[in-house]
Amino acid sequence: MADESDMAVEVSGLGDWTPEVLGEPGRVRPVVTAPATVLSRPGETVDPLAPDVVRLAADLIATMRVSPGCVGLAAPQIGVGARVFAVDVTGHPKTVTSHGTFVLCNAEVVEASRWRLGREGCMSVPDLTGDVKRAGRVVVRGTLPGTGAEVRLTTDAFEARALQHEIDHCAGLLFLDRVAGAHAVYPRKVYL
Amino acid sequence: MNELAITVIGPDRPGIVADVAEALARVGANLTDSTMTRLRGHFAMTLICAGPSADQAEAALAPVVADGPLVATVRQVGAEAVRTSVGEPYLMAVHGADRLGIVAALTRVLAEAGGNITDLSTRLTGQLYVLLAEVELPPGAADGLAERLSAVAASLDVEVSLRRAESDLL
Repeated sequence: MADESDMAVEVSGLGDWTPEVLGEPGRVRPVVTAPATVLSRPGETVDPLAPDVVRLAADLIATMRVSPGCVGLAAPQIGVGARVFAVDVTGHPKTVTSHGTFVLCNAEVVEASRWRLGREGCMSVPDLTGDVKRAGRVVVRGTLPGTGAEVRLTTDAFEARALQHEIDHCAGLLFLDRVAGAHAVYPRKVYL
Repeated sequence: MNELAITVIGPDRPGIVADVAEALARVGANLTDSTMTRLRGHFAMTLICAGPSADQAEAALAPVVADGPLVATVRQVGAEAVRTSVGEPYLMAVHGADRLGIVAALTRVLAEAGGNITDLSTRLTGQLYVLLAEVELPPGAADGLAERLSAVAASLDVEVSLRRAESDLL
């Protein structure tokens, strides 16, 4: 029997979707930081074909791309209470499987396993990081903006963590709601 | 055997732990449980140690605090209270805009449910206030507690979550 970690995961769940499908470059939007009500309320389910949702998807990618170290950005983080987020973990040292740059609407985790602790930060909580237990392997279901195609992404490691973090944002949750203990939050700034 | 509760706090600088530990070791004080951390630029040490009398420990620390801004307190405490945990471990996480009374109001709700806080930390960064508390709850007390916490949190305009803490025995 093959070891589970040796089994290949499906990497081509996006079909031929690329950000170009959105048909616009997107605008860089200001990032909202906690405390802010929009970060703590569940986002609305969206129509992935609606023009404003397609624009939102493009804005998320544009804002993510200009933000150093940003591997994911959810609509509440740019002030929109909607279940839409962008992810791109390409090139990150902790990445194993990567689907490149993509946006999902109304996504949910349908399978989760291999739970492990990892430290994560968030552009909306810029001064803190925290240890959070996340699944190291997930299956996520969601809809692609612009085409409305329903997809199932199987992924692992850093992309799995990023997806869970962004899906949490869409449910009004921050990593602060999931940290592992009373001392599992750390200041991010180095005071010298 | 004397058991002492010692606190040392002052502006952070390299060498505080070494200075204090060295002074205490010199009079045979054995550090048992301690927490030492930096709080907004102050270094704070809280420790229990066994061995010397309170007077001996105080005298040993005198040179460490004499010329600087460190403040030390030493007091004798009773032997370790035997307290067997009968509770279920939970973690309460709170975050929101800083305001007076967040810790007071939410820990009161825990106390009224018979919850015993075993560890707690708070952080203020910018306007964001974060409170994390590990609490042991009497069996069954968690039922309904989350709703009471949510009601109080809503009145303070902060977010609260109460989750069962995991402790995998390996």
